[in-house]
Amino acid sequence: MAITMTVNGVKQPVEVTPGTPLLWVLRDHLGLTGTKFGCGVAQCGACTVHVNGLPRRACVTPIEAVANGEVTTIEGVSGPEADAIRNAWQAIDVPQCGYCQSGQIMSAIALLQAKPTPSDDDIDLAMNGNLCRCATYMRIRRAIKTAAKEIKS
Amino acid sequence: MVLHQKERARQAKGLDGRHQEPLLNLSRRSFIAGAGALVIGLTLRGGAATADSTAGGLRNVAGGDATPSLWIAIEQDGTVRITCHRSDMGQQAWTSMAQLVADELEADWDRVTIVQAEGHPRYGDQNTDGSRSVRYNFTRLRYAGAAMRHMLEVAAARHWGVAAEQCRGVHHTVVHEASGRRIGYGEIASAAAALSVPSQEAVKLKDRSNWRLIGKAVPSLTVPKIIRGEGTFGIDVQLPEMLHAVIARPPQVFGSVKTVDESATLQVPGVVRTVRLNSPQAPAAFKALGGVAVIARDTWSAIRGREALKVTWNPGPHADYESATFAQTLLQTANQPGAVRRTRGDVAAAFEQAAQRLSADYYVPHLAQSPIEPPAATARWDGAKVECWGGVQDPQAARRAVAQACGVNEDDVTMHVTWLGGAFGRKSKPDFVVEAALLAREVGQPIKVTWTREDDLRHGYYHSVSAQHLEGTLDANGRCTAFLHRTVFPPIPSTFRAGLETPSWGELRLGASDNPFAVPNLRLETGNAPAKLRIGWLRSVANIYHAFAIQSFAAELAAAAGRDPKDYLLELIGPPRLIDPRDEGVEEYDNYGSPLAEYPIDTGRMRHVIDIVAKMAGWGRKLPKGRGLGIAMHRSFVTYVATVVEVEVSQDGKLAIPAVWSAIDAGTVVNRRHVEAQVEGGTLYGLSNALYGEITAKQGAVVQGNFPDWRLMRIHEAPREFTVHIVESDAPPGGVGEPPTPPAAPALTNAIFAASGRRIRRLPIFGTDGRDRLASPTQAS
Repeated sequence: MAITMTVNGVKQPVEVTPGTPLLWVLRDHLGLTGTKFGCGVAQCGACTVHVNGLPRRACVTPIEAVANGEVTTIEGVSGPEADAIRNAWQAIDVPQCGYCQSGQIMSAIALLQAKPTPSDDDIDLAMNGNLCRCATYMRIRRAIKTAAKEIKS
Repeated sequence: MVLHQKERARQAKGLDGRHQEPLLNLSRRSFIAGAGALVIGLTLRGGAATADSTAGGLRNVAGGDATPSLWIAIEQDGTVRITCHRSDMGQQAWTSMAQLVADELEADWDRVTIVQAEGHPRYGDQNTDGSRSVRYNFTRLRYAGAAMRHMLEVAAARHWGVAAEQCRGVHHTVVHEASGRRIGYGEIASAAAALSVPSQEAVKLKDRSNWRLIGKAVPSLTVPKIIRGEGTFGIDVQLPEMLHAVIARPPQVFGSVKTVDESATLQVPGVVRTVRLNSPQAPAAFKALGGVAVIARDTWSAIRGREALKVTWNPGPHADYESATFAQTLLQTANQPGAVRRTRGDVAAAFEQAAQRLSADYYVPHLAQSPIEPPAATARWDGAKVECWGGVQDPQAARRAVAQACGVNEDDVTMHVTWLGGAFGRKSKPDFVVEAALLAREVGQPIKVTWTREDDLRHGYYHSVSAQHLEGTLDANGRCTAFLHRTVFPPIPSTFRAGLETPSWGELRLGASDNPFAVPNLRLETGNAPAKLRIGWLRSVANIYHAFAIQSFAAELAAAAGRDPKDYLLELIGPPRLIDPRDEGVEEYDNYGSPLAEYPIDTGRMRHVIDIVAKMAGWGRKLPKGRGLGIAMHRSFVTYVATVVEVEVSQDGKLAIPAVWSAIDAGTVVNRRHVEAQVEGGTLYGLSNALYGEITAKQGAVVQGNFPDWRLMRIHEAPREFTVHIVESDAPPGGVGEPPTPPAAPALTNAIFAASGRRIRRLPIFGTDGRDRLASPTQAS
């Protein structure tokens, strides 16, 4: 099946089997390996991308569902929230192994876009779909609040 | 050559220059091969003629070979490439190893880049487990950096015709202070490359007061890539013409394929073929598990192809394994006299005379390491040699395992190490690399094997299940007079020698044979248990269940004596002193591979971390109803950690962990920021396992398949407050990645006891099958 999709602002055709999850199109067909596989059942959040600006688990999103949408991945995400999140992530070294962090960052950016000054409760609610076995959770909370401050100032 | 290598790496990634630093193919070997073309200033073995013949002086520095060329390459533009021979799995091996080299080299940190070493004996020990990267390399990597600086100084001195003693390498530049002349490292590197490697005596290490990187909160070298989705994990490797494999493995260890109907699989679009893999004979070691591999053009097609397979299995010898009944067997064994492994005084006599006698049984189930990146490896077979990529903790073991499985020499196996998306012990077992190599050989095209989450949870090397029986006596004043610890678990060596059932000395030293309690009568016993799954290392290994039992029982004794648990723990540990378990019948005690003389078992340091953490937590303060503090201390990997957990237990059994405090004495610390991160992460790893972690088997097959069944702590369950204190110390560096884990579980359950009066002796606290022990106090033990 030939599908035209827009990834990180670039419109491109892909030839895939119908029903293929977006995750595997990104990783295996487009070589965008920043989006990670962790569970395949939308339980870990490692595959989080933005579809039309909203966070989606790419592992359970069939490719047809994004045929006319804008997909943004960790490689292409930009804007004031993305900059602030990346800065904060780096300033306090949030990641350990880093594997889940693409998904964490995509969820965190979406949170800040929706809620510029999130409380701890807001963060826990927005981020609890993203597992981190290294347990960087305390630093994720800190970094999101740091990023929120940076955007405001 | 260098350009060629870079081109190849670029192609290998299937990228278009997205990665400036090719992580994969810039192996040591290829880099050396390229030295003549672009990279000047390498004093590489095989590069400069002087290196091999004169390097003897730095071949045998404490920890191994410190020959600078093995670790450092300086390019003409001043770029310093530091080879990291340890695997980076989030513990920041790249950063800490580079700090050691760069500090002594006086390199500009901003001009340091990392070359990940492939698996090769030339680097000495590469087995990135046991919390020993810093411990084993602290001295030799500093010598490598200092020796390189020395050579740059000598080269500059000759260049200027002055005495070497008047030249100093500082901030990436050699300076001749008398004349004010300066020359950059890159400019003088090629001259330095022609010099002989100095002897150890000629190389002076910096005084620690002059360290600029070591001991500081140096930012991670991996994070700037991670936040952009760059960097290559094992699962991210892409090669030209690469096919993808997903494998249907026998549900039971040593099971095998009985019948297979692949007709539906071959109809799945994208599927190329299937491959039968032989099941191994015991011992399991690092062999592939066998089964049927589905080979496809992309991962999803391979997954779909596997779903369409119709396989029946021969169950193998362990189909009788039922976790529920096995737990009972373990507990029965733990309640019978066992083999005595350490003894002091006369426990039996003390039991007769005691005013009060207590006993308790503790149970910790199998656990899965479950890194968020499941195992994945890629291999390319060229007819005689095999090249492998993967996130492996022990690339030398991977090489050996692949060589053995493919019937080739180790020299014909190249093992490239990618980043590890978490490991926690799982990736020290390279069975997944063996699978990739076997399939690449069979198919004749590069193959990536991807494990799904179900594969990871159902076909792992599990943390051993354990039962422990503890007995203690109190005299009329509440003092502990005798302490019996009997531990029963299928031992890890069973994975490497079939049939072993006796807990090994190597596992007992993980928190059991080195019990520090100053009681007059003490005995450690073991009971046998057969392994029914592949048993393997998981972050802090047997320390998990030993610390859980001992630190829980210490609090139970305190409660029986009517004493404060922190004060009672200090009394049990006794006065500051050094302990040698070998004085009391312990036949083997290897102290985590570090000499006892340098790294004694020091009860003074134990007391110190307890005192510190108690102050941090405000131990003894009045708490609202339903709140409680629990404390635990454990020495492991020659490091001391004390942890206080605060919990809130509601009437209906809901549990929250608002705060955790932790004090760590790891001796000399290389990176404060990352030690703090390891304490946070290691503690929560222990808490997560204690709350939810349980792998069970039915008819020999693991039940749990994905995160709905195997539960991990999520962000809303993590404490809002977590404070870490790092003890200032000049002692040699201890381990960091694992020591925070063991005290976490007993600190948690001790806190639950303090908050609710309910004592949890069986983990996990919340079962994934709906059990809720806090809500059901009758199940408390």
